[in-house]
Amino acid sequence: MERVPILKIGGVLLVSIQIDLHDQSVLALQEDLAERISATGAHGVVIDISAVEIVDSFIGRMFATIASISRLFDADTVVVGMRPAVAITLVELGLTLGGVRTALDLERGMRILRVLGQESGRIPAGDPTGLEWS
Amino acid sequence: MTASGPEELPIVSDEDVVRVRQAVRGYAQQVRLSLVDQTKLVTATSELARNTLVYGGGGSARIEVVTDNGREGIRASFQDEGPGIPDLTLALADGWSSGKGMGLGLSGARRLVDEFDLDTEVGRGTTVTVVKWKR
Ligand SMILES: Nc1ncnc2c1ncn2[C@@H]1O[C@H](COP(=O)(O)OP(=O)(O)OP(=O)(O)O)[C@@H](O)[C@H]1O
Ligand SMILES: [Mg+2]
Repeated sequence: MERVPILKIGGVLLVSIQIDLHDQSVLALQEDLAERISATGAHGVVIDISAVEIVDSFIGRMFATIASISRLFDADTVVVGMRPAVAITLVELGLTLGGVRTALDLERGMRILRVLGQESGRIPAGDPTGLEWS
Repeated sequence: MTASGPEELPIVSDEDVVRVRQAVRGYAQQVRLSLVDQTKLVTATSELARNTLVYGGGGSARIEVVTDNGREGIRASFQDEGPGIPDLTLALADGWSSGKGMGLGLSGARRLVDEFDLDTEVGRGTTVTVVKWKR
């Protein structure tokens, strides 16, 4: 089974979905991420879906699940890079992604996580980028 | 209405669901549906193929190009010989699931396509057929 790699950039875990995920890979990714957040103490998770061609109810639910799991470990989640056609389809499908934060691109997503991390004191002062923190 | 190139694919595993949506994407590109319409059709396919697998206990998909008065479209049907759907009104309602889903698959797929037909019989199985026309 193909697994989605999880990269660590400072205090942030980056998940970039580059393959057409089947349901078992989605579940495996949720488990892998929970492991990594708890092991690293990351303060944020970015899910980059700029290469994802469709988001159906199963994948949509994964975003909400990952956000809930992250919250339990005091980490924030941002989904970035949604394609316009995917966004239009999601609305018509009726999926709201309730409670999942989104950003246009990776850069903006990282910025949101940095602000949230600093506001809550999870990124120490003296590390303005939040990238040295680990 | 004439049809060409029917292709039948099994749906007995997660990987098959991925293969079916990729095949439907190929057909949708062949008749040059817009990117948004391709995305809608493939998303609907994903929902219906997963239902065939999860609730129908597996089955098959049939994909073809259809023409009507010179207009082209894609027809995809999802067939199983599973338990059938006892209460269609409930199954087609937004947010109702007999399992742990969000209950968006059927109702959402219906909104994403131009034609939607559901044929089911308790104890016999279920066939859902959808069509998306090129605009
Ligand atoms: N092929 C099928 N055979 C038998 N029952 C089905 C079939 N497809 C759907 N159903 C029934 O209809 C219900 C609604 O289906 P729908 O796809 O809308 O929601 P779901 O699969 O439960 O959740 P979601 O698709 O949002 O993850 C299902 O819970 C199931 O009981
Ligand atoms: Mg479903």
